[in-house]
Amino acid sequence: MHELSIAIRVIDLAEGHLRAAGGGRVATVRLRVGLLAGAATEALRSALALAAQGTPLEAATVEIEEVPVRIWCPACQREVDLPGLVPLACPECGERSGDVRAGGELELESLVLAAEAEDAA
Amino acid sequence: MSGPRILEVRTKILKANDELARAMRREFERLGLLVVNMVSSPGTGKTTFLKETLARLAARGEACAAVVGDLETDNDARRLAESGVPVRQINTHGLCHLEADMVAKHLEGWDLAGLRYLFIENVGNLVCPTSWDLGESVRLALLSVTEGEDKPLKYPGLFNTADVAALTKLDLAQACEFDHALALANIDAVRPGMRVFETSAKTGTGLDEWLGYLANRRATLRAG
Repeated sequence: MHELSIAIRVIDLAEGHLRAAGGGRVATVRLRVGLLAGAATEALRSALALAAQGTPLEAATVEIEEVPVRIWCPACQREVDLPGLVPLACPECGERSGDVRAGGELELESLVLAAEAEDAA
Repeated sequence: MSGPRILEVRTKILKANDELARAMRREFERLGLLVVNMVSSPGTGKTTFLKETLARLAARGEACAAVVGDLETDNDARRLAESGVPVRQINTHGLCHLEADMVAKHLEGWDLAGLRYLFIENVGNLVCPTSWDLGESVRLALLSVTEGEDKPLKYPGLFNTADVAALTKLDLAQACEFDHALALANIDAVRPGMRVFETSAKTGTGLDEWLGYLANRRATLRAG
């Protein structure tokens, strides 16, 4: 259950960004999680719900974009997305490649702020 | 009407850990200290493998040390200390992996410049340690013959982020009807081309090769 460690960091980071932006509450938190990152999205959602209690992210909806594993195929000379996790081989030509270009992401992408008292503009 | 305000933050969630780990790695490598992070499921034989590794390095006059992570108890540290090298236990009290700051804290007071090798035995877990960089130069994933050949396929993240792998408990392979070729093919499927050491800490099989790799790898730190 290392998802809780990840969730606590998400909340900490988000609170830091919120403070820098002058405060407010978060309506939606968007994350990018690579399939190779070793974080289970459902566990991460539960952990975020727990970690967000008593913070400006308490009521936030969590959107998780799952990032596929992308490898460089030396035979095709291009990057290709894999349909799953394994094998690390080009789905077009079958060439194996350990040159992973994406799929390990654990990123806080964006925070959508709640509308309350925000209509000064 | 303006739409909702969106903060595009695009931040790596483990940024603080990553930054600390990078700084640690720079320092370790500057000192010519090769740091190995050992990851595997519980029961793979990490501690026995490490104990034999430490004993052999010590016998060759190579200064080495180890930190070992477990949820509770200092049993592993006590076992490892029998090899005569400095060992410290990190108790995570429930946390399923080690993080860079825990390692840094447990290295305080050690003369790192006087060491050539430092081993970090991670908490036995096939998922959680994957994302946490501990400042190591080598990540070793271990797989015992008693676990079944398909572990790498079930937990690709752990094997994919490793630099090298070790098959352990080779002395039990026959009793377990271990399919060697299949295990190697599965490791290769998640990390094509990764070097695999086939070892038995009990009989000593493969350990010279492993030590040779460590020495070569350490030599590249100085060259690099």
